[in-house]
Amino acid sequence: MQSGTPTYTRNIDQVNAQERVTKLFSRSIKKESKIVALNTVLRMIDLTTLEGKDSQGKVKQLCYKAAHLHDQFSNLPNVAAICVYPPMVPVAKKALNGTGINVASVATAFPSGMTSLDTKLEEVKTVVAAGADEVDMVISRGKFLQGEYDWVSDEIAKVKEACGEAHLKVILESGELVTLDNVRLASDLAMAAGADFIKTSTGKVSPAATPSVVLIMLEAIRDFYKQTGKKIGMKPAGGVSKAKLAVQYLVMVRETLGQDWLSPDLFRFGASSLANDVIMQIVKQSTGVYQSTNYFSID
Amino acid sequence: MKTEVKTLDFNTDWEYSPALESTDHIHIQEPTDLFISGEFIPGVRGKYFETINPANEEKIANVAEAEKADVDLAVKAARKAYDNVWSKMKPTERGKYIFRIARLIQERAREFAVIESLDGGKPIRESRDVDVPLSAAHFFYYAGWADKLEYAFPGRDAHPVGVAGQIIPWNFPLLMAAWKLAPALATGNTVVLKPAETTPLTAMKLAEIIQECDLPPGVVNIINGGGNTGQALVEHADVDKIAFTGSTEVGKFIMKTVVGTGKKYTLELGGKAANILFDDAPVDQAVEGIVNGIFFNQGHVCCAGSRLFVQENIAENVISKLKERMETLIVGDPLDKNTDIGAINSKIQLDKIKMYVDIGQKEGGSIFQSPCSLPKMGYWHAPTLFTDVSQSHRIVQEEIFGPVLAIQTFRTVDEVIMKANNTPYGLSGGVWTDKGSKIFSLSKKIRAGVIWANTFNKFDPSAPFGGYKESGLGREGGVEGLMPYVNLV
Repeated sequence: MQSGTPTYTRNIDQVNAQERVTKLFSRSIKKESKIVALNTVLRMIDLTTLEGKDSQGKVKQLCYKAAHLHDQFSNLPNVAAICVYPPMVPVAKKALNGTGINVASVATAFPSGMTSLDTKLEEVKTVVAAGADEVDMVISRGKFLQGEYDWVSDEIAKVKEACGEAHLKVILESGELVTLDNVRLASDLAMAAGADFIKTSTGKVSPAATPSVVLIMLEAIRDFYKQTGKKIGMKPAGGVSKAKLAVQYLVMVRETLGQDWLSPDLFRFGASSLANDVIMQIVKQSTGVYQSTNYFSID
Repeated sequence: MKTEVKTLDFNTDWEYSPALESTDHIHIQEPTDLFISGEFIPGVRGKYFETINPANEEKIANVAEAEKADVDLAVKAARKAYDNVWSKMKPTERGKYIFRIARLIQERAREFAVIESLDGGKPIRESRDVDVPLSAAHFFYYAGWADKLEYAFPGRDAHPVGVAGQIIPWNFPLLMAAWKLAPALATGNTVVLKPAETTPLTAMKLAEIIQECDLPPGVVNIINGGGNTGQALVEHADVDKIAFTGSTEVGKFIMKTVVGTGKKYTLELGGKAANILFDDAPVDQAVEGIVNGIFFNQGHVCCAGSRLFVQENIAENVISKLKERMETLIVGDPLDKNTDIGAINSKIQLDKIKMYVDIGQKEGGSIFQSPCSLPKMGYWHAPTLFTDVSQSHRIVQEEIFGPVLAIQTFRTVDEVIMKANNTPYGLSGGVWTDKGSKIFSLSKKIRAGVIWANTFNKFDPSAPFGGYKESGLGREGGVEGLMPYVNLV
């Protein structure tokens, strides 16, 4: 037995995982704790636009929004990063100059990953050279489902190398892995191969982030930390559009990994419409009434 | 090579604010009288005792105490209702009444849940999500049987037994009332029910509902009091059947008392369940199961998984995960919606738990307790586990009925089966493994009424529940739960 190799099995019981989720999600987050949570959620958002029809103008708008979430309401934090397709990286980099907000780019033939490894590495190098602070790659689900785990692992390691200083988020696309056993195994592979973050989904496949998938990935991060001392980040993406759900995920993080992960350094939400719902809740907590969505800019 | 243990910090900057369930909508009768023949009446000698909130030791209500004469009144009322009304009623009509009780419990679920937590100390999350819905489910389930007894006992005629004397414990006050009343009523019996003296209030709220349902007077009578009241009920000559849930000690006394009288009886007594974790089990989920097995309802559960057996090769990992999980358990105000572990039911029970924890340490066990702060007033006990204990330790042998887990390791299947059965009890057990064959083999070999596979402390009205050996006799729940309340002809 190798040193540091876990001595326990990795079967996931789906029914019990779901039961744990239900319990965590039934926590009642009110008053002061809700305000703190909502502000934390804002700071964790990777504001995302990943459409084939994205224009430079849209990306610029998004970048402005990232640094000016709701100027009518003072003291709101900024989001953590914006997340775009590779050609938009220079646009975003320029627009975000001086804001402290990171630029994340998807890469490796996002969302399918269906191209040669060389092409993927080339793409990664290009976005990093263009100034991307974070790279969101996809794993080769086909290879994974074929059982070619070493291949998947090697690919992640090579992408990590190509990232250089940029942070690597590895997208498992749990909707295509289907089982929680697979999600757990893919999480372990990705972390061992050098992921800085593991991420549930591209947002292009349904289901995207589901609560039990997120729980299993957080538990994988916990075990990896116990074995190696390395703190890996987590990013649920796709399907997190409501503040309530985001706060429930914070509860899950708090009770699975504790203090260190309640920070944008180790936890992010990949979302396009979440920010506005959170801001609406924050304003409501302060004024006592909900405002119409028309009072919140849609960029 | 051993890897260095990295710790997680659960003492986070972000804390949950109090989320108290409101008590505005509840109504508790003051004083709370006896429910006999459809009326709330004071006891013959007008005696009352106090029921308190174990979370702050404050009095909630004065409760009428039933003496021998009151027991006699209640039994007479039950007899009259049995002879004149209930045994003659068409089964479909009986069923309607029971359905009505079930629906009213659902309608007033919030009120029941809050009173249950106030009076007994259990977290509102459990009373709201487990006790009350399951209570309604039991009435619904047995209401359905009322007019289908010929299918439960094909080719036989199922006659009611008569007047049932039912004595229930303080750990699931409303749920145990439901377990007892529903099958008795469905089969055509009338009832005198005695709740535990520390938790009378939800049963009396149930009495209000029963009154509201227009159940014929005397079909259900509910009287309160301690051991003497219970004894008077057990010894009453006109009671045809005794159903008891509680301690093995009292169970033995009941058995001695009714022997030779012709009374039918069922006993649901103590337990010291083995919860067995194999190395192929889903570890993180199993840890949840262990927590749910022993800390559910402060460990005041007769079928609690109080003896944990972990396969030796994963023991270190499992115990470390378990300790970490215990750090995140929230102990405190039962009415806070985020509370995981509430108050211990009574001073007597708290003293008993403390005594066992003391014994465990004196006998050389290694103790670990959740690093939680306990409220000053009220009765509280931190979630506790012991390692370095064996089958010879008293905390492994005796039922503690509190949040105290005793952990042992094992190497082979035969060893763990032997140890699991090496107890005077046999109420429940649990097995955690990814292998179906192991589950079937173990559930046959472990002598316990319920074996949970990859889960623990799950209840359903359709599943029979009951014990082997000193855990009692007879079954409650399911078709089997009808048996104790019928004479088959």
